[in-house]
Amino acid sequence: MIEATGLTKHYGRTVAVDNLSFTVAEGRVTGFLGPNGAGKSTTMRMVLGLDRPTSGDVRIDGQHYHDLHQPLRTVGALLDAKWVHPNRSARDHLRWLAAASKIPRARVDEVLDLVGLTGVAGKRAGGFSLGMSQRLGIAAALLGDPRVLLFDEPVNGLDPEGILWIRKFMHRLADEGRTVFVSSHLLSEMALTAQDLVVIGRGKLIYQGTVEDFVEHATESTVLVRSPQLDRLRDLLRAEGSEITEITEDGDALRIGGVASAAIGELAAANNIVLHELNPQVGSLEQAFIQLTGDTVEYRTEEHRSEEHGAGEHRAGEPAGNGEVTSG
Amino acid sequence: MSLLTAERIKLLSTRSPWWCGLLAIVLPVGFTVLLATQVNPTNAPGFEFTPAATQGTASLGRAVVMVLAALAVTSEYRFGTIRSTFQAAPQRVAALLAKSAVVVVLTAVIGAVVGFGSWAVFRALHSGPDLDLVTAADWRSVAGEVLVFALTGALALGVGILVRQTAGAVAILLVYALLVEGLIGVIPKVGRDIQHWMPFFAADRFLGIRDGGDDLQNLPLGPWAYLAYFAAITVVVLGAGIFAAVRRDA
Amino acid sequence: MTTLLATERIKLFTTRSPWWSTLLALGMTIGFAALVALNHSGGPLTVRHSQFGAQFGLMIVTVMAALAITTEYRFATIRATFQAVPHRTAVLLAKTAVVAVLAAVIGEVAAFGSWITARVIDGGPEMNLVTGGDWRAVAGLGLVYAVGAVIAVAVGTLIRQSAGAISVLLIWPLLVENLVQLIPRVGEDIHNWMPFTAVSRFTDSTVPGPIGPWASLAYFAGVAAVLLVAALAVAEKRDA
Repeated sequence: MIEATGLTKHYGRTVAVDNLSFTVAEGRVTGFLGPNGAGKSTTMRMVLGLDRPTSGDVRIDGQHYHDLHQPLRTVGALLDAKWVHPNRSARDHLRWLAAASKIPRARVDEVLDLVGLTGVAGKRAGGFSLGMSQRLGIAAALLGDPRVLLFDEPVNGLDPEGILWIRKFMHRLADEGRTVFVSSHLLSEMALTAQDLVVIGRGKLIYQGTVEDFVEHATESTVLVRSPQLDRLRDLLRAEGSEITEITEDGDALRIGGVASAAIGELAAANNIVLHELNPQVGSLEQAFIQLTGDTVEYRTEEHRSEEHGAGEHRAGEPAGNGEVTSG
Repeated sequence: MSLLTAERIKLLSTRSPWWCGLLAIVLPVGFTVLLATQVNPTNAPGFEFTPAATQGTASLGRAVVMVLAALAVTSEYRFGTIRSTFQAAPQRVAALLAKSAVVVVLTAVIGAVVGFGSWAVFRALHSGPDLDLVTAADWRSVAGEVLVFALTGALALGVGILVRQTAGAVAILLVYALLVEGLIGVIPKVGRDIQHWMPFFAADRFLGIRDGGDDLQNLPLGPWAYLAYFAAITVVVLGAGIFAAVRRDA
Repeated sequence: MTTLLATERIKLFTTRSPWWSTLLALGMTIGFAALVALNHSGGPLTVRHSQFGAQFGLMIVTVMAALAITTEYRFATIRATFQAVPHRTAVLLAKTAVVAVLAAVIGEVAAFGSWITARVIDGGPEMNLVTGGDWRAVAGLGLVYAVGAVIAVAVGTLIRQSAGAISVLLIWPLLVENLVQLIPRVGEDIHNWMPFTAVSRFTDSTVPGPIGPWASLAYFAGVAAVLLVAALAVAEKRDA
């Protein structure tokens, strides 16, 4: 488990991470989502003790990274696949990492085999393609058979086969009960890989909860209805629906949230209301994500997450003007 | 012309040339200020108040200029921008000549500031006719820094193109210029004769730098011939570098 | 600590620079000794003559030692290093130790190699190791190289960039230490207390100086220690 509380990092005047608190649970793949430059890598470096937080604290299974004994046996990480000496062979790169944590040499060949690099283990890492470098980075992360794994944009630049391989790999690691924390700027990728999400924008927490909730919320759709009997329809809908999340006027039309277009059509038919237009407006995941993260300054973030992340809870970070998420 | 503009922008839009250029000027001129404030005829009877004597610390600037020129091309190899360079200008000879021209101009300017700057600060602190630029030798030792710095820049650039690696190029240049040439003179019998044909020794003879109590009589060449010799070596090294860059994969 | 030393040993020897540095340092020092011995005339060849190339080896060793740390910064493997062992001081001390031991070995092989080569070419009784000064000139070189390597690792850690570190490490001993002599009155005193000038009095007893040979070495080591402590403090504090 990874717990961050009030994590903050300033580089000179730039605030890279701003009072960030989140937890990453074990046995699940947790996606760390945010646009480029949102502070994901900085946060990950702070988790690993590479960068020192300006304030706040982050712990792994209750301990600071600095206090872990032979940390590679607890935490494995792939932050940047190019962090290797180009003239060192893949095997030698893993050998020195293994030596640093007293990991037996046999384990080096084991992880090379696991990521499918046995054939090129003696080749210099500088000549590796991006995909091969990523595999070497994953091998390094797995070396100490760690309970906690961090991956920073692991699918960046990979071909579809490589992406699929990594995705399956993460699920396997989580199924083995490990904590898997993986960052990405691609929501669609995270929707397929992760079970939980931590979403940040401009260094601040925007959302923490399950992917399902996020997707449901983010893709929340509205229906645009035009009718000469709008007032009657509105009353009926109000009387009808506990599910309805919003009814707003949009010129001569109504924008209705939380109800499927079919239900509105049936309600109108049952009450002899003429409909001129019944138009479902579906927002895309990407759009929602951009809107949520694009201008985070305007959003209030909740610093501490309550125990359960119900529908009301995970809205903490959503915009004040509700419904704007689904702009046609 | 566009190649020159491109190379100028490339060189001056990174930080290392500015740092190196600043150090190449501040170190020798600053040192000269320190010297000039300390030295006077009573406490340094052996000190000759001549324009040549004001150039005693220019070698410090020349060493830094070597680093600057080598970095101008090795950092291109390091960051892979040399590929973009050759992509934008497939005529590699033209591109590298443009780079050489920009480096030469920059190092010549630094040489001018170091040469005249050192002389000027010394003269400001020790006014007297001894420090006036009168003879051809006076002018050679001060204004000559322009030519020596420019050629040093081109030579170092050539080594940088040949070696391609920053650490290797800088180490070779500095160890060679600051140590090997001097060490060769230590070899009994033949050492002195070999040393008389060393490139940086040649540059120093052009400037007329006193090399301690060493016997500098009966040298094979005169000052301008020594400069031509230094220039010829520079051309050979830079030419070899450009030739190699054209032949090999970027 | 043994784990860390083993790690740093693997790291150092799985790159190419220590290998070619070693070859270059040995080749040039021993080759130079051969050149001097072959051309020598006028008076007997002495132990001192065989060690004329020693400074060349020292410069190569300092470049190698600086690269051992600056390449870690350049390729960001320093992050992998600190990730594997978050105790930065311990890691850097282990690295310094490994590099210093290699430097010492290079120094001993270079010195004895040069001495034997010169002796084989033109060996007289003056080539025997008799006095303490003779032994310091040859066997002492390993110590000088080792301490020089510590200085280089410290400078490399402080500067983090290969070009900058190498420039400082070469321009300082080869140029700056000599240029200070130009300063009237105090120049000679300053020169005498410059670290690389000071340590040359340890291996070469013919150079006069304010303190004895062993004190000179101790002074050189003191400078190295100060730089190393500064480097460790800075590395502990800044982001990797």
